[in-house]
This record gives sequence, structure tokens and C-alpha cells, in this order.
Amino acid sequence: MSRLDIQGLHKFYGSMEALKGIDLTVPEGEFCVFVGPSGCGKSTLLRTIAGLEEVTRGTIAIDGEVVNHQRPRDRNIAMVFQNYALYPYLSVFENIAFGLRARKAPEAEVKRRVGEAAEMLGITALLGRQPRQLSGGQRQRVAIGRAVVRDARLFLFDEPLSNLDAQLRDGMRAEIKRLHHEIGKTTIYVTHDQIEAMTLADRIVLLRDGRIEQQGPPLELFEQPKTQFVAGFLGSPQMNFLPVTLEGGAIRLADGQTLPAPPAATGASGPMTLGIRPEHLSRSTGEAGPTTGRLDALIDLVQPTGTRTYTQFRIGDVEVTAELPAHTVERPGARLPLSVDMARTTLFTADGRALGAR
Amino acid sequence: MRLHPERGLGLSLRLVLALAVLVFFLFPIYWLAIIAFKTPEEIFAYPPVWVPENIQFANFLVLFKDGDAETVFNSLFIAGVSTVFAMLLGTMCAYSIARYRTGGNLFSDWIISNRMIPPIVIVFPVFLLFVTLGLVDTYTGLILLYTAFNLPYVIWMMKGYVQDVPLELEEAALVDGLNRWQVFVKVVLPMVRGGLFATAVFTFVFAWNEFIFALILTRNEVTTFPVQVTHYFGGQSNFWAKIAAMSMLGTVPIFIVVAFLQRYLVRGISLGAVKG
Repeated sequence: MSRLDIQGLHKFYGSMEALKGIDLTVPEGEFCVFVGPSGCGKSTLLRTIAGLEEVTRGTIAIDGEVVNHQRPRDRNIAMVFQNYALYPYLSVFENIAFGLRARKAPEAEVKRRVGEAAEMLGITALLGRQPRQLSGGQRQRVAIGRAVVRDARLFLFDEPLSNLDAQLRDGMRAEIKRLHHEIGKTTIYVTHDQIEAMTLADRIVLLRDGRIEQQGPPLELFEQPKTQFVAGFLGSPQMNFLPVTLEGGAIRLADGQTLPAPPAATGASGPMTLGIRPEHLSRSTGEAGPTTGRLDALIDLVQPTGTRTYTQFRIGDVEVTAELPAHTVERPGARLPLSVDMARTTLFTADGRALGAR
Repeated sequence: MRLHPERGLGLSLRLVLALAVLVFFLFPIYWLAIIAFKTPEEIFAYPPVWVPENIQFANFLVLFKDGDAETVFNSLFIAGVSTVFAMLLGTMCAYSIARYRTGGNLFSDWIISNRMIPPIVIVFPVFLLFVTLGLVDTYTGLILLYTAFNLPYVIWMMKGYVQDVPLELEEAALVDGLNRWQVFVKVVLPMVRGGLFATAVFTFVFAWNEFIFALILTRNEVTTFPVQVTHYFGGQSNFWAKIAAMSMLGTVPIFIVVAFLQRYLVRGISLGAVKG
């Protein structure tokens, strides 16, 4: 088990700055997920930790030892790649044993460890096969087996599930989480999928444009986003953003409707963006109160999913999605009063920062 | 399964055409082979003897008795060793160019352009050079020359094969604990095995067939078989029996090499490496 410390990390490709000063500590045994849109630098960050990319400035330390100039093999880390990266000319057994043999492990130990890893992943029956005879999910298991078989200090996963179909992805996701509980190794996982990030992580590191936008436990990022970007990135369907004006303790929408200001807005005023998650909008049954707002909205589109029904509304010129109970029987074109749980809304200033964020 | 009548007709037509093409291309080889086994009377008989009554090996025996057959072994040795050298050096160069962009973007274009020089242009300078270095009529001389000739081709071909190896495989191996050399030997070489053999066949055949340098740079110590064959074309008469027998001796090794390696001439070895 190992701890990872990154300080002031910069990475340039020519004049293009891919990482713009990353400071990050991943404590022992933690499952840390790097998430962000494509091009945010999450894969580059992972590859510099692995030693596959050189660091331009800053330090990477594993257990307090700076590894900037160590070759990948000397860092003793294990990595699972997006495309599995299995050696097609070797059997499944030899693929898993590859790292052990590269480190000259005795034959008896190779056999024992490969056997254990295969057992853990349920691929014992596949050990004699060739990679091309395996399905995508089986290949991914072998790739994971190749990582867990070694006594590596860090586990790195680079979008390991993005080539699998949706159903398989859910299963493997659960399995990776279970595996982490069993092995307890410090793990860093890169994904662009916010659901994967939310479900797997002890800590989410949300990257944007080469910088860490926010990091913390999943629910903290979800409920207390520091910026509009974080709020918009996490959550599906996406958070609704409405242009508003804050004045005298009230929020005025573009079409003239008003809402009570949340507690965090005390003392602020001016043009803002109001963020409301779809699940915090519901059909209004009573009058507006001090913490409950009421909005008059026009139904645009109804999308039942079985468990919940996503309903799109038009408030002035703005599209707003609400997550309503499955049996909402409203038709497009109808008007519906919506109530807003103001305590769970977030106001963002013009530069995208959340009001009241610490 | 019953064939549709029209499709059956189309199939027969295609088979007949294929057979005609096959006969057209194979007959000269058959004729060459059959001459090698004929007696002198049969060779010059008119009407021609299509199928000799007795197969006899006298034409071959005389080649071995006179030592002419040694030229086949000279060719084998020179072509074999120069192929090994060119493949070893060329594949390492190709890896360096493909993965480290050695020499910049145009380096490999420049390398392959060397192959475009017509050999006749440099025959005389090379001859003078070899005289100075004492390499005329030596194995070393021809091996060095053929290695140099084949290198651009090997580098060009192998660069393409190396570039097709998924980079992730090499990175996985680096993380797994190999250094660059081990990655080259344990990951890259197995991945490009098909390309290696295909390229080696062409390299070997080039060295095997090469005539003009072999003619000018050898006397009688390391004469190669294509040069030896020309000795049988005389001003007064042509020794058809020897020409045919010698040509057979020269064809068989190539035939064996290609038959042995032909499964590698088909690509597709990297199937299953990544998603797919």
C-alpha cells in the first residue's frame, strides 16, 4: 500500500501546456478517480504517474520517494489500458504471468500467483486460451488480472470500461469496486464517465483544461460544487442553469417570475446563474414558502424512463428538465406549477464560482 | 447443396480460365525441369519429347562432379548471411525511426531513395573500392554489398510493420517491467513476425537473383549460381542440359523457402491485440 504525492506538476508538449500545476495527495488505500471532459489532461496525468510521459516541472513521489526520473519498470506500478493491451501471441496464462516473468519470479510463484489472480477474476477456465478467442469482457478481466497478479504499489486504470457495452460495463464496474475492497491497494482510475466516477471513487478529482477544478468525496462535489463547471459535469440529467438577477433577497428570472433567495446568497446581488438539479424540481402542491419557490412552466417534452419521467419545461426562453414520478400524466403544451427546494439550489456568479463556496 | 444452373456454368468457365492461366505460367517451368532429366538425344529430338521415358540424373551428376554445384552453396551462403544481417540491422533502424522519429520525418524517404539508384551507375566505383579494400572475389565483399543494398528496403518495410504495433502493448510491457531492449525483443519482434518473414523472403530473393555485381566482383572463388549459368551459353553452342539442371538447382532452394514461409506472407498476426 502506498501513498502518492504530486506537487506543482506541469507538462508541456512543445508549447502546449497539458497540465498546469497539479497538486494532489492520494492517501494509502484510497480509490481516486480522475474525471473530466476529453482533453482536460486526466490521461496525461495518469501517464506521467506511470512514467510513460516525462514531467516538465514539479514532482511525483510514491511513499515519499520522488520518482520523476525513474523508468516505468522501476516505479513498480500496475496499469490497465483502455484497449486491454494483451499480447496476442501469448496465452492468457502467459499474459497474466508476463509482469512476473519480467521481474524474474520463480516458476512456482508464477504458477501460484497467476492461479490466485485467475481465481479472483473467475477466468481460471480461460488460462489456456489465446486473447483473440475471448470476448471483450473476458479480455478486460485478463488485463485486470495482469495488473493484480503483481505486488504493485499503485494500480492505474486508464478508461478500462469504455470499450465495453453498457450492460457489461455496469457489471465490471461493480467488480472493480469489489476488487479494490479485497486488495485495498491505492488505485487511480481515469474516466470521462461521471457515473463511473461517482460510483467508484473515495475521492473524485475533477480536471478541466489542465487544472484541478475541484476534488473531494463524490457527494461533496455533487452537493457542494465550487463552480458551475463541476455542477454541470456531475449529475444526469444535467443541472438546470437559469440566468437570474439577485436583488434584495429575491431571485428574479428573465421572464419576471421570482423565487426566494437561498441562505448562501445573503449580502450578494447582481446578475447570476441559478443552478437547480432536475430531482429538486417537483410538482407544486401548495403555496410558495420562505424556502420553497414556485414556478409557472410550460411542458415541452415528456420522456418516461420507467423509474422516473424526465419532463422538459419552458420557463421564459430557458429549457428546464425536471425529474418527476414515473406516472406523471401531463401532455406537452400544458402548464404546470413547479416547486423548487431553494436550500438545494446553487447560485453562480458571472465568473462561474458558486456563491458561498468555501 | 444444389448449385444454381447459371452459377454452375459461371463456375466451370472460371475453372477453365484458371486452368489455362496455370498451364501458361507453369509450362515453362515444367519444360525446364524436364530438360534437366533428359538425355542429349531427347533434348534435341524433333518432334519434341513431351514426357521423357527414363528419368536420369546424369546432368546433375556432372554439375556436382565438376564442382559447378558449389556455386549454389555460394549463393545460399551469401544470400542467407546478408539477409540475416539486413533484417537484424534494418529492423532495429526501423524501430528507432518509427518510435523515436530518428532523423526527422524525411529520413526514411531519403533511405528508400537510395534503393532507387540504378545499380549499373555504381558498379564501377564499387569495383574500384573493392579492389582497394581487397574485397573482390570474397564472401565478405558480396555479403556487405547485398546487406547494404537490402537495408533501405528492410527499413522501409519494417517501419510500416512496427508502426502497426499498438503503442499500448509496448507501454504495458514497460510498466510490466521490461526495458526498451526487452520490449523490442519480447513484444515488437513477435508482433511483426509476419512482416519479418515476408520482408526476409524478398530480401533473400534479391540477393539470390543478383547478377551484375556478382559477375563483376567475383572471379572463381565465390561465383554465384546466376553467374555460373551464363557460363553455359557459348559462342558455338549452348549446353542446354547444364543450363536446365543448374537452373533447377537454383530454383529448388527458393521454392523451399517460399513454401516454408508462405503462411507468414499473409498478414493478420496482430489480430486480437486490441479491441476487435
